[in-house]
Amino acid sequence: MSTATPAVAGDDRVQARSSLSTYLGMPAVGAVIGAVAIAALFLVMAPAFRELGNIGTVMYQASTIGIMAVFVSLLMIGGEFDLSAGVAVVSSSLCAAHATWYFGLNVWMGVTIALVFSVAVGAFNGWLLQATKLPSFLVTLGSFFVLSGANLALTRIIAGGVSSNNISDMDGWSTAHAVFASTWQLGPIELKIPVIYWLILTGILSFVLLRTKYGNWIFAAGGDSAAARAVGVPVTATKVVLFMGVGFGAWLLGMHNLFEYNNVQSGAGVGYEFIYIIAAVIGGCLLTGGYGSVAGATVGALIYGMTNLGITYAGWDVDWLKTFMGVLLIGAVLVNQAVKRKAQA
Amino acid sequence: MTITDQTRTTTAPILELDDIGKRYGNVHALRGVNIRVRKGEVTCVLGDNGAGKSTLIKIIAGLHDYTEGSMKLDGEETHFASPRVAQSSGIATVYQDLALAPLMSVWRNFFLGNEIRKGVGLDIDEMKKVAGEELTKMGIVIPDLDRPVSALSGGQRQVIAIARAIYFGANVVILDEPTAALGVKQSGVVLKYILKMRDAGLGVIFITHNPHHAYLVGNHFVILKLGRVVLDAHRDELTLEQLTGEMAGGQELAELSHELAGADPGKVVPPAPDGAADVVAPTLAADARAELLEEEQDESL
Repeated sequence: MSTATPAVAGDDRVQARSSLSTYLGMPAVGAVIGAVAIAALFLVMAPAFRELGNIGTVMYQASTIGIMAVFVSLLMIGGEFDLSAGVAVVSSSLCAAHATWYFGLNVWMGVTIALVFSVAVGAFNGWLLQATKLPSFLVTLGSFFVLSGANLALTRIIAGGVSSNNISDMDGWSTAHAVFASTWQLGPIELKIPVIYWLILTGILSFVLLRTKYGNWIFAAGGDSAAARAVGVPVTATKVVLFMGVGFGAWLLGMHNLFEYNNVQSGAGVGYEFIYIIAAVIGGCLLTGGYGSVAGATVGALIYGMTNLGITYAGWDVDWLKTFMGVLLIGAVLVNQAVKRKAQA
Repeated sequence: MTITDQTRTTTAPILELDDIGKRYGNVHALRGVNIRVRKGEVTCVLGDNGAGKSTLIKIIAGLHDYTEGSMKLDGEETHFASPRVAQSSGIATVYQDLALAPLMSVWRNFFLGNEIRKGVGLDIDEMKKVAGEELTKMGIVIPDLDRPVSALSGGQRQVIAIARAIYFGANVVILDEPTAALGVKQSGVVLKYILKMRDAGLGVIFITHNPHHAYLVGNHFVILKLGRVVLDAHRDELTLEQLTGEMAGGQELAELSHELAGADPGKVVPPAPDGAADVVAPTLAADARAELLEEEQDESL
């Protein structure tokens, strides 16, 4: 060697990254930029959007996506999909409603049965994935169809129609309603309880992902499952727990829907699985796994809430919502890619 | 033969494979393999593609169990239930693909599967500190441990994997083709680490198909072919030429040179007219074809 540089000098080709590029390198950055742009657009275009009272409505709309999107984003970072997530929410509501009504149970018994059912569906998805070694896209496509068929058929058998029976006169309704569907008025803002669940889940799951051993395993299971297994990470168990998490989210949102409306349509929920995935991807999750953020998915859900109501407030035809979401999805993915390239350069 | 040479140790082997064999269904991937690994010694396992090297590593690393013979760790017969068990028994494996998750940061990869906790959360500061120190000890400095490992060079990644293996208390380190994907200079760096590990008293198993690299650092050489040991020799029973010859297939090479004898390797042929070259595939003799098929089947496992 011709130059004798001290060993600690390091490689002078690598310089410390600027703090700006560190922030730009975070997975959620595309989503944050998108959220600001969307908010600006509707603040200009829709006068009703500027009203303080509508913050509560936007947040509520976002929370009905966000509660699922945070779990779906973890699952996607872990390298898997769950196409059954949309109907699983409805299945959970129906399970609680039918069990309560059919057996004449206390509402809380129905709620507990639904919890066991939803988490078990998640565990089954994870187990089937492991047992068959099929892609999760196929496995959960199957459970999606199984669940949506069962939702319709069992509702027909038990309730004799396409919606669940009224259970609001049964024991335990009022406490369950308070837990899952409370509303508070804070000045002009109407705050619904799922918003609180959504934000708490965002905090907890972000901590789990970034600051716990299990979070490290999620990144590794999605990033390179063979490598993770080789260093002793229990990859299968990690993924099964992620699917069970999605099941838990489906239960929480399903219970809100049940106690908010006291009426569940057996054909509902189809198509929402994609909105959860869109929120996660806008938030920086890669389809291939190993990268993404929970906070990003939460921002993705917020974007959905703002767009959904912004279009209405602006007086545009709501039919355009999905078109808008599609454009946003492509746009966010391109921004995420460009920003990541810049941050790593 | 009297043992006076200082390259020969007399300590009991830490890892002993006796007549190890492995079947996958109807394929006998490994047959009657005997290997002794001693502390402070480098044991090189050489073999061409499909020779059974990967199967051997997987058995020692706990990814697969063996179906015949016995494996003794410190004199006790052992079956590893999982890579985790092998690791906690002091066997660390640095895989060819390095077992690093590309999009995860350096420190997260370093501690993957062995995370340091503080309460329920991770002790990130401590992990970054230790990872930085260990890598500096190995002579590489990565200023930003938050960088994903995919942004590092092949040599740096190799060193991370080696540093990780040593840090987590290994007695035996298996290196799977560590120089295969590296350039000359980075290969040199890895070979120096192999010697450092030997000097630190670790038992090193160096898997390679490069006899030149093996001869630079090895104390003992085992050549595998089609799942069997075809050579098992100590350094002073062997020259590099012999090792290279054995590795290249010895007798097979002679056969091949006989087959190609009329081919005239120095010949230069004028380009084909109209750019339309008509190449007829060489026909293989029946037994050569059977052997090739068997090797391919081996490889796909």
